[in-house]
Amino acid sequence: MKIHNNKAWLLVLPVLILVAISAIIPLMTVVNYSVQDSFGNNEFFWVGTEWFQEVLNSERFHNALQRTLLFSALVLAIEIPLGIVIALAMPRRGIGVTICLVLMALPLLIPWNVVGTIWQVFGRVDIGLLGYGLANLGVDYNYTQDTLDAWITLLVMDVWHWTSLVVLLCYSGLVAIPEVYYQAARIDGASRWAIFRYIQLPKMKRVLLIAVLLRFMDSFMIYTEPFVITGGGPGNATTFLSIDLVQMAVGQFDLGPAAAMSIVYFLIILALCWVFYTVMTSYEKQAGTGAGGGRYE
Amino acid sequence: MASIELQGVAHRYAASDPKYAVNWLDQHWQDGGAYALLGPSGCGKTTLLNIISGLLKPTEGKVVFDGIDMTGLRTEQRNIAQVFQFPVVYDTLSVAENLAFPLRNRGFAREEIESRVQEVLALLGMQSRAGQRASSLNADDKQKISLGRGLVRSDVNAILFDEPLTVIDPHLKWQLRTELKKIHQRFGHTMIYVTHDQTEALTFADQVIVMYDGSVVQIGTPQELFDRPQHTFVGQFIGSPGMNVLACEIDGADAVVAGNRIGLQRQISAAGVGLELGIRPEHIELSASEGIAVQIVAVEDVGKHLVVRTQLAEQQIAVIVQEGTPIPEHAFLKIDPAKLNLYQDSFLVDAGS
Repeated sequence: MKIHNNKAWLLVLPVLILVAISAIIPLMTVVNYSVQDSFGNNEFFWVGTEWFQEVLNSERFHNALQRTLLFSALVLAIEIPLGIVIALAMPRRGIGVTICLVLMALPLLIPWNVVGTIWQVFGRVDIGLLGYGLANLGVDYNYTQDTLDAWITLLVMDVWHWTSLVVLLCYSGLVAIPEVYYQAARIDGASRWAIFRYIQLPKMKRVLLIAVLLRFMDSFMIYTEPFVITGGGPGNATTFLSIDLVQMAVGQFDLGPAAAMSIVYFLIILALCWVFYTVMTSYEKQAGTGAGGGRYE
Repeated sequence: MASIELQGVAHRYAASDPKYAVNWLDQHWQDGGAYALLGPSGCGKTTLLNIISGLLKPTEGKVVFDGIDMTGLRTEQRNIAQVFQFPVVYDTLSVAENLAFPLRNRGFAREEIESRVQEVLALLGMQSRAGQRASSLNADDKQKISLGRGLVRSDVNAILFDEPLTVIDPHLKWQLRTELKKIHQRFGHTMIYVTHDQTEALTFADQVIVMYDGSVVQIGTPQELFDRPQHTFVGQFIGSPGMNVLACEIDGADAVVAGNRIGLQRQISAAGVGLELGIRPEHIELSASEGIAVQIVAVEDVGKHLVVRTQLAEQQIAVIVQEGTPIPEHAFLKIDPAKLNLYQDSFLVDAGS
């Protein structure tokens, strides 16, 4: 006979309480705001999905979403391949490893707003080394006035700040590959490309999944750096979802629409992460079902 | 297919290392021979194999294939197949693509690749799983694929096996070993098979090369290794239990072991220090009355016979006794003098018949 002891649930209680305080309760207040309207005096009225409809149909939201998606896409398109290339080029033994790892880790240790400030000053045409230097070289560069310059500045900054993370993840994946794989590849006469394609890349897949997810989430939620450097400008050129959201919630104090937008924002991130995860792990799931076939070329 | 010659090959992993992993070897492997390289872990077998395949460049000496110096050539240029101890498969490729990989890299024609792959698939009994992704296979099958990749090129100079059956299930081990032997008879590749398992070495090869501490101590047929071990290590390593090695002195035609005289019944020219007698447990008889008095330490029943562990002063002597033989309380050993080998400083100086 089986004895069910429901007291075991008590063991889960501490975690449940923690999660409730840290995540569920704050989230529910946002849900609460998103379906109500207020005219002050702590009086609230039920409005249903009105704010959601307003947010989803607003051009302002669409534009900000497009900018954010574009930014994330560019960040991933640059940082992932660059990170892989740098990781492949890093030394595997000797003093060089330590030097590289320390240099790589440095940008990761700098707080976001400091990174923003560094680049804000660095890029200034009047006193910044980069801006002043470019101006003297005859390049017409001004991130406060030119949309393209603003984007380039933000992208270069993000690449500088976060490519290291991709490098470190890829490097950890690479050094975990046993030497015998490379020996077998030499015996099999594999080219450098074939070694990358059939040994290194497959063995890096797991760490790459983590790298893609982290870099996507971080870049999709980027706030501090563009806030410090461009403040969302010139015009609205670098107003990403996060900046837009803060303007709406804190600047205009539109709590209802801001709450609705927060939830939509959150769901988009969740959905896209799920897509990334599903696509990148789909290979493993179909592994047993005889995919591949007898291709030889 | 080629003959392989090592000329004064020595290797150490660091210049500061006083010990050589492979110790000044001169060795000739004939074209089409099946050799086993037998020795304990860490004796330099794998190092030697990697020197032949070019994964390692020897510190000293030359590697010569068919009279052509290969020492400076890279692995890819040596056209060698090598199978490693642990399975290596290309995870994202299918079974068939894995087998085709070495051929594709070398630009073989499509039809030839297809026919070779089919042949190896049949050999491994894996036709039905040709399209399956390699990462989904179990360890046994992965190692079969590794083995298959070693066999798929028909033009290789030699196939080197580095303890390839270590991770394989025992019943499959036997089957694959038989397959390898058949492949050798059919295609006549030069094959070098590294193992620390004497059964594996003795069943696979015509010639067994026994390595010990970076040096080759004996080359011979399985029978020669058993009957006339050139080095006490070979005697102890081959056979189960191994040869008894007893420190002794020579006095005329007698060997003296811990005060007991054993008549050798032949003239011995060896003299001096570092002398040892070697006698197989199979060649000693346990007696209740005559011979050298010993103490019985343990009796082990290994199934087909008993192994009686005895002690003579400080020295251990193992004796093989047929199942059912009574074990006397006060035991004596009768040693067949014709089967006694005499060693000096571990090397054979006087062999029995």
